[in-house]
Amino acid sequence: MADLLNVIITNLLGLAKQNPIGLKAADPMEQFEIVRIFPVGNTPFDFSNASLSMVMVVVVSCIFMFLATRKVSMVPGRMQAVGETLHGFVSDMLREMAGNDGLRFFPYIFTLFLFIFVANLLGLLPTLPSIPKMFHVFTPTSHLAVTLSLAMITISIVLIYGLYKNGFKFFKLFLPGGVPLWLAPLIVPIEIVSFLSRPLSLAIRLFANMFAGHLILKLFAGFVVSLIAAGGLMSGLAILPILGNVAIYLLEILVAFLQAYIFSVLSCMYLGDALHPDH
Amino acid sequence: MEMEAAKMIGAGIAALPLAAAGIGLGLIFSSFLTGAFRNPSAAAANRGTMFLAFALTEFTGLLGFVLAMIILGQ
Repeated sequence: MADLLNVIITNLLGLAKQNPIGLKAADPMEQFEIVRIFPVGNTPFDFSNASLSMVMVVVVSCIFMFLATRKVSMVPGRMQAVGETLHGFVSDMLREMAGNDGLRFFPYIFTLFLFIFVANLLGLLPTLPSIPKMFHVFTPTSHLAVTLSLAMITISIVLIYGLYKNGFKFFKLFLPGGVPLWLAPLIVPIEIVSFLSRPLSLAIRLFANMFAGHLILKLFAGFVVSLIAAGGLMSGLAILPILGNVAIYLLEILVAFLQAYIFSVLSCMYLGDALHPDH
Repeated sequence: MEMEAAKMIGAGIAALPLAAAGIGLGLIFSSFLTGAFRNPSAAAANRGTMFLAFALTEFTGLLGFVLAMIILGQ
């Protein structure tokens, strides 16, 4: 028994060297590489595969909303029902978190939710085999630059709108109502630090979830290729990582929705702070 | 070579917060479910708060993961 285990482990470790058929899985980090497609004018900005995938996300969202609102009727058709459910879901969330006057932020929150959700879902599609690298499936939300930009848009709206609407009263945010004044030297720094960490926590949560999930998917896919390449008895074992990958894929679909939901719920809550800083 | 080994060990240690975050997430969901089974009519109203707690707890663990990635990537 111990001998068999030993043989299996040695085989697994030495697969790259003794690969009889020449199968080789791509590096799991390869999916996160940015590839330039063409430069934009004389600017330092390139149109990369990240830009291409974000354009795709916008196009898919627009097509979806166009189909959902094309034939508006009292009795909704299939697409209209999906659109209405989505609309009701986001507006309920906004009303619950930011109050009724929070509904003025509905267009922003709806766009945010749809963009993140569709980006997460499109990143889960499999890549077509043997197409150029710049057209590989790419998840824009698995890059900190993208998620941090989204988080900073939210925090900028909170700051600018909060200061515009409440003026100086906005700083009541840092001293919650009902706190005794002698606790203020302790509470105010804590609240300030928590406010400053908001964009970072929003961005890192989305980025790390997407990054880790896709890494695990590709790692398991790599196990499948190595096991099949090992040949003989080991090829039969390849069914295990395939089953694992199916389970992880389902989990990733849930995570794609959950992270879009959490990002927009937290944005709603922060916008609610900008509307009502005194509680 | 020793530097490489130290890097691996460091990344492993930096990923430990994920275990603690797992315990925390389990506590959150178990308390929510306990409450929800006792009073199902109040469960729907508190689902948002639960997901908020979930997100905040998860963040602590993910910071450890990001740290491990930074250590490995250097």
